[in-house]
Amino acid sequence: MKNRPDYVAHACLLLGVVLFALPVWLVFAGSTQDSNAIERGEISLMPHLGGLGIYPDVLLHGSMGSAPVWHMLMVSFGMAMAIAVGKIVISVLSAYAVVFFRFPFRRTAFWVIFITLMLPPEVRIIPTYAVMSQMHLINTFPGMTVPLIASATATLLFRQVFAAVPDELVEAARMDGAGPLRFLWDILLPVSAANIAALFVILFVYGWNQYLWPLLVATTPGLDTIVIGIVKMIGVETQTQWNAVMATAVLALLPPVVVVVAMQRWFIAGLTEGDK
Amino acid sequence: MATLELQGLAKSFDKTAVLHRIDVSLQDGEMLAIVGASGCGKSTLLRLVAGLEQPSAGRILLAGRDIIRLDPAARDIAMVFQNYALYPHMSVFDNMAYGLRIRGLSKAEIGRRVQVAADMLGLDALLARKPRQLSGGQRQRVAMGRAIVREPQLFLFDEPLSNLDAKLRVQMRAEIRRIQRNLGVTSLYVTHDQTEAMTLGDKLLVLNEGRPAQFAAPMEVFARPADTYVAAFIGAPAMNFLPATMGEGGVVATLADGARLVLTDGARPGLAGRKATIGIRPEHLVLAGKGGGDAGGFATTLDLAVELIEPLGSETLVHGMLMLDGTSLTLVARLPGGPPSLTDGRLRLGVPAAELHVFDGETGKRVEVG
Repeated sequence: MKNRPDYVAHACLLLGVVLFALPVWLVFAGSTQDSNAIERGEISLMPHLGGLGIYPDVLLHGSMGSAPVWHMLMVSFGMAMAIAVGKIVISVLSAYAVVFFRFPFRRTAFWVIFITLMLPPEVRIIPTYAVMSQMHLINTFPGMTVPLIASATATLLFRQVFAAVPDELVEAARMDGAGPLRFLWDILLPVSAANIAALFVILFVYGWNQYLWPLLVATTPGLDTIVIGIVKMIGVETQTQWNAVMATAVLALLPPVVVVVAMQRWFIAGLTEGDK
Repeated sequence: MATLELQGLAKSFDKTAVLHRIDVSLQDGEMLAIVGASGCGKSTLLRLVAGLEQPSAGRILLAGRDIIRLDPAARDIAMVFQNYALYPHMSVFDNMAYGLRIRGLSKAEIGRRVQVAADMLGLDALLARKPRQLSGGQRQRVAMGRAIVREPQLFLFDEPLSNLDAKLRVQMRAEIRRIQRNLGVTSLYVTHDQTEAMTLGDKLLVLNEGRPAQFAAPMEVFARPADTYVAAFIGAPAMNFLPATMGEGGVVATLADGARLVLTDGARPGLAGRKATIGIRPEHLVLAGKGGGDAGGFATTLDLAVELIEPLGSETLVHGMLMLDGTSLTLVARLPGGPPSLTDGRLRLGVPAAELHVFDGETGKRVEVG
């Protein structure tokens, strides 16, 4: 190995950091400044500490008649959790069935799941809306989450994880007298914990970032997610309160960041761990 | 504890038969070593008994009860797997206790059984550890412990020592035998290692491509192998085979170079005039030079062109070629002491008449006197 620092590599990495971090910093700095100044393009890279009061302001009252940001954060958090947990539960069970049980049309079942990869929510948005409407789930929390829960990607991932579990482990559990559900709960889930955690992180962020579907299915302000809330704050005719929009954007960033950081160790283990 | 009887046990996958009619009967507390080359069906046999596979035909009687219809967990059998198959997320204690918890034993009883097994296996200090914090030998002990705490009627061992290094293997081999004897649990032990099979089994079952080649006590298998496959498999280095033609009422075997071996133990009239295979174990060949004056003890002497000498300290392995009428044959001799002195790279070896094994030249089956 070379002892001399690799300046080119460091330069590239620094450039990457700037590319990613600068816009975020700009939003944070902007959130503390005067809205009119921002509109004129007079945005400074230095935050004005006196303007931090906008944060409690948007959290408690919102902006431009929107719901308070704390409420939108709750809705987003609820939706992201419901989608992540729901997807994991459904796909663990379906992958468990496909990998460990011999039943008629097992392959067919697997391929049917596989094919749904080609039908993301954006493609089937009209029929899905029709179904939700018939089930009277428009403008409800289940209506926002249930159609996003069925997941072929997670099923495929768990299928790979479960297929890597040694046969002898399964057989040892059988000889120990563990039935199918007990095996799933006592052995399989703990053994796959790292993978589940990694997937949870990805799915939580996926759920948090949902825009199109909640925009369509939920029209009452009480069900606005934070992502939709930001868009609604940007008025078309009236003057936009840019510092409030930026503060909300910063607040919207925080929960996914917390989840990723908190689960980082698991996340990396789940993506790299080969030894079972 | 229990007797075990396998009656006409057979298994086919699709149309391929992997096991043909296995008949075995074991007394209470006996250990059966099942040995054979890889792919001979020995693991399949074990899995049938465990209930992890369903047999195509036959019966399995454990303590007189047919267990074929029973679920693996209901058979009162514990198995030690080749890769240990420990639950990676559970402590050593939990690994051993898991099967007992499922069976609904009381906490006190579970604690007592695990403690007894841990004492027996020297795992006392490791009970709180996770499998990945253990060495291979320790994992092996935990796998044993998991079987022991079940207090089953039958132990199954599926090549449990094959992942250990040589020294540890010898140590664990003795330990398995000691524990199995003390507990008096009837056991099946699958291995491809003939030393393990010889030392561990009260009985030995040699499988050859899914067929039972021989089922007998280990020394019986060694002394009177049922066919050339068994003869070659049991004993290291493997038995030497010399092609010969039987003549004169089945008393004299003639090698291709004309050398005559007189069978001093008696005639094999059934083989008279037909091809035979004469077997001689490497350790039974002796230097003709020394006691060679007394040619009466030897059926014949062989002139070996030595290719390789392996001194092992207390004994020496001599590998050489034997020219028999144009065809060459490799031969191994195991001589006591240090390397022998050669003349022109050759060695004269005596073949004691009493140590010959006679097999049918076509079927490979052992042919006894009479």
